[in-house]
Amino acid sequence: MTTLKEVRQRAEADAKMHGYALNPDEEMLQGILKGLKRNEERYGYPSCPCRLATGQLEKDRDIICPCDYRDPDVEEYGNCYCALYVNQEISEGKAEVQPIPERRPPQKLEQAYTSGGPDSAPEPAAKPAVVSSASETNLKFWFCKVCGYVCFREEPPHKCPICGAKQEMFSEILLGMNWMTR
Amino acid sequence: MNRIKVEGKHKDHQILMYAISTCNWCRMTKQFLRDLGVEYEYVDVDLASKGDQELIKQHIQRHGGDLRYPTIIIDDKILITGFRKEQIKEALGL
Repeated sequence: MTTLKEVRQRAEADAKMHGYALNPDEEMLQGILKGLKRNEERYGYPSCPCRLATGQLEKDRDIICPCDYRDPDVEEYGNCYCALYVNQEISEGKAEVQPIPERRPPQKLEQAYTSGGPDSAPEPAAKPAVVSSASETNLKFWFCKVCGYVCFREEPPHKCPICGAKQEMFSEILLGMNWMTR
Repeated sequence: MNRIKVEGKHKDHQILMYAISTCNWCRMTKQFLRDLGVEYEYVDVDLASKGDQELIKQHIQRHGGDLRYPTIIIDDKILITGFRKEQIKEALGL
């Protein structure tokens, strides 16, 4: 069984790697870490403690901590949805964590109420992630000009998780799709 | 549905809170209501049955709310989403 210490170490390592910090309010932090531990125990993976999970991995994948919404949330509001991850400003006490709007799409939120839960029939094998239209997401490919690390997200990370280069060292990769129509 | 009642000296309003048992914002909202001394009931949605979850979803959506927590419904009229201290105090006239 995962211990609270392990949950914390994992979060600390991820925060450090991506240029974030953990919530500086120790009481809040403990509450969030306990929630993650509880979810790992009951679902088998640490889904966001503040969201209703289905218990089915494929449906909950986007809310497994760190969730798919963390980076744009920290970028826009300074903290993620559950407030586990914060930016440097909050970490240094210059700003406070705040409850933020939900970025997860409504149809994803609805699915927890229509799924049969972890005991129901297994879902079909996962299909590859396909972005159906450019307007559905603002995700882009970015590469670190120092080490070549590539990521797929709205904005480049504050810090390269591989070599530690600053955000300014990232460039967008513009994909030419003309070859598909030739 | 298993509603848990928290006693308080202020009983002027019927307060129902939908929460997630692991959510820290929900925990802070429960504590805030306790500190205000208001009587309220809450349901931890993640611990409720599938049938009850469906009823909760319908209840929230009927009031125009989003499926996020905490959601507080006051006197079955006012819906407040999130840990919004000022909004809660204003709605309760405190």
